[in-house]
Amino acid sequence: MRELIRKLVETYGPSGAEEQIRAVIRAEVEPLADELRVDPLGSLVVRKQGSGDGQRIVLDAHMDEIGLMVTYVDEKGFARFTRIGGVSPLTCVGARVAFEDGTAGVIGIEGKREDTSKVPKFEQLYVDVGATSREDCPVHVGDPAVFVRPFVCMERAQFTRLIAKAMDDRIGCVVLIETLRRLEHTPHDVYFLFSVQKETTLSGARTSAYGINPDLAIAVDVTGTGDKPECRPMAVELGKGPAVKVQDSGMIAHPRVRDLLVQRAKEAGIPYQLEVLERGTTDASAMQLVRAGVPSGCLSIPCRYIHTPSEMVDEEDVQNSVQLLLEVLRAA
Amino acid sequence: MILRELSEAVGVSGDEGDIRAVLLDAVREHVDEVRVDTMGNVLALKRGTARLSGSAELTEALPRSAQQRIRVMLAAHMDEVGLMIVGHDNDGFLRVRSVGGIDPRLLPGTLLQVGHERIPGVIGVKPIHLLREREGEKVPRLEDLVVDIGARSNDEAKKLAPLGTYATFATQFRELGPTVSGKAFDDRAGCAVLVELLRGERFRSDLHAAFTVQEEVGLRGARVAAYSIEPDCAFALEGTVADDIPKDKDVSPTTELGQGPAITVMDRSFIADRRLVRLLTSTAEEIGIPYQIKQPGIGGTDAGAIHLAREGVPSVTVAVPCRYIHSPVALLSLDDFNNTVQLMRESLSRLTRRTLKRGREKN
Repeated sequence: MRELIRKLVETYGPSGAEEQIRAVIRAEVEPLADELRVDPLGSLVVRKQGSGDGQRIVLDAHMDEIGLMVTYVDEKGFARFTRIGGVSPLTCVGARVAFEDGTAGVIGIEGKREDTSKVPKFEQLYVDVGATSREDCPVHVGDPAVFVRPFVCMERAQFTRLIAKAMDDRIGCVVLIETLRRLEHTPHDVYFLFSVQKETTLSGARTSAYGINPDLAIAVDVTGTGDKPECRPMAVELGKGPAVKVQDSGMIAHPRVRDLLVQRAKEAGIPYQLEVLERGTTDASAMQLVRAGVPSGCLSIPCRYIHTPSEMVDEEDVQNSVQLLLEVLRAA
Repeated sequence: MILRELSEAVGVSGDEGDIRAVLLDAVREHVDEVRVDTMGNVLALKRGTARLSGSAELTEALPRSAQQRIRVMLAAHMDEVGLMIVGHDNDGFLRVRSVGGIDPRLLPGTLLQVGHERIPGVIGVKPIHLLREREGEKVPRLEDLVVDIGARSNDEAKKLAPLGTYATFATQFRELGPTVSGKAFDDRAGCAVLVELLRGERFRSDLHAAFTVQEEVGLRGARVAAYSIEPDCAFALEGTVADDIPKDKDVSPTTELGQGPAITVMDRSFIADRRLVRLLTSTAEEIGIPYQIKQPGIGGTDAGAIHLAREGVPSVTVAVPCRYIHSPVALLSLDDFNNTVQLMRESLSRLTRRTLKRGREKN
């Protein structure tokens, strides 16, 4: 599974430019699919036929990642940019980025800041791609880029931490792929939805869920933790099992979905935590409002340093997430 | 020039009756079907020339995509920003609130037309003679401004402009050589482009034109229009920000007058479909007309609502750059306007199923 994680987190795919990551995921899932399609906005929908009269279930993970987009190239060839999704200027300065064709860049900051103790504004930042003028600059207004960091495994005696950019939500994609691989018998028609444009507007999940018209939807995404120094209090820790969402700032999980996850975790002896996230939301918040409403919930993978180029998850939490989804999909 | 008529028509969000009548007259003879939906959008169909495939028996087995012409939605919003009368002072002055985004710095001393009768009004302002020290440096709040329509009493004011009456800027359209000025170019410029497209030759695809309402207060008309049209792809036609006045720093002008149609790749409301962006840029390059990519991350258009309709609609925004939008007077280049019409015309004639097909992507 580590190699799959490495492959997915290192693939380019900011919101709106998911072609490369979609191709990588498609290659993994196509042999396992009973039906596969790319829908109008570009989400990848993989259907696995159920054996009987189960329900129509969506398992969703978004394949897009946060990034930045060039807004202007100045006379000296420096590229100004805006963010794609929730990028903080704090994590930008000195960061390396890559454009779709592989062009590398480094983010610099204007030296003339009035108060250096303040968080810089995006207007004060720029990408240096080694150009000397607007004319020889290899990137143009509208070009998207992603952060670049190598994938790292921290193996310790008791646990293994995995660190990468775009763990949000490629780790969810990995969980879906592994679940699909190991799924043998299920009464349900299961739609594995790899959605687009989650980080900007939740557009992919909303439109794909409309097309699928499911009976139940579960988003698999990362969530924050409360186990870091002086952080916002939160009852989720790395390594204590996947988190079953109670609510976040965009949705209240449907009690039936929440209870189903909890029930199956208990029955199978899989560790789990309950999650209340105060800031942020997932595709589930969009899916639950589609058509006449879809009972929706979320299985979260605890993750430190979300929306920085170094997002950290616990390997066992990831494995347990797969296990729990398989339990959810089995016959009652 | 249709732009003159559209610019001078009134139609603040929620009160689009006058501009709607102008648009209906402008397009009726050039389309196959036209109707007004429940929200007040004008929805018109100009059928394409592509032939439909074979017999009913044969087509039943084919997916919808193979049976029908491409359904292209072209959206331009007919509403404009303005003011609403929300109160009457004892001495006959009116109190107002903004409808859509209006910059309060621009209001004092501005000429207005109030209501469908277009009653002339002016936003009251204290003469410079009476300003206390530094008072002139502050921007008055909209809540503190009054509109003067010459009424002498509360009763008279209420009779002339009852609560809920709309007001717009009283700006005449003017031709200034290669540029024109007027009010409401956002989005009467887009409406004018759309009228021009409907008045021209048919395309292979079916054109579903939507002159939408209530864009300025939350993309409301476009949302239901896209739901009923069920398009295969959509183009929002706009008049957009050009901030190319002199600056003391080398930063983006958002768009520039005279540099051609502005294509949006991402704004606050959506990310444009890359296949449609490519269609537009490659068409522009092929026929040799200038284009520009609008500064990403700024503003939002009807495409933000349209792309979310039903199962999703690949969308893009194409705009005529306009200086000073959302103010009493905006300015645009006729070259940009004509190039926008031409770019749309040429792009639509190049649009095929293949444009929207996703190739087998390389791993």
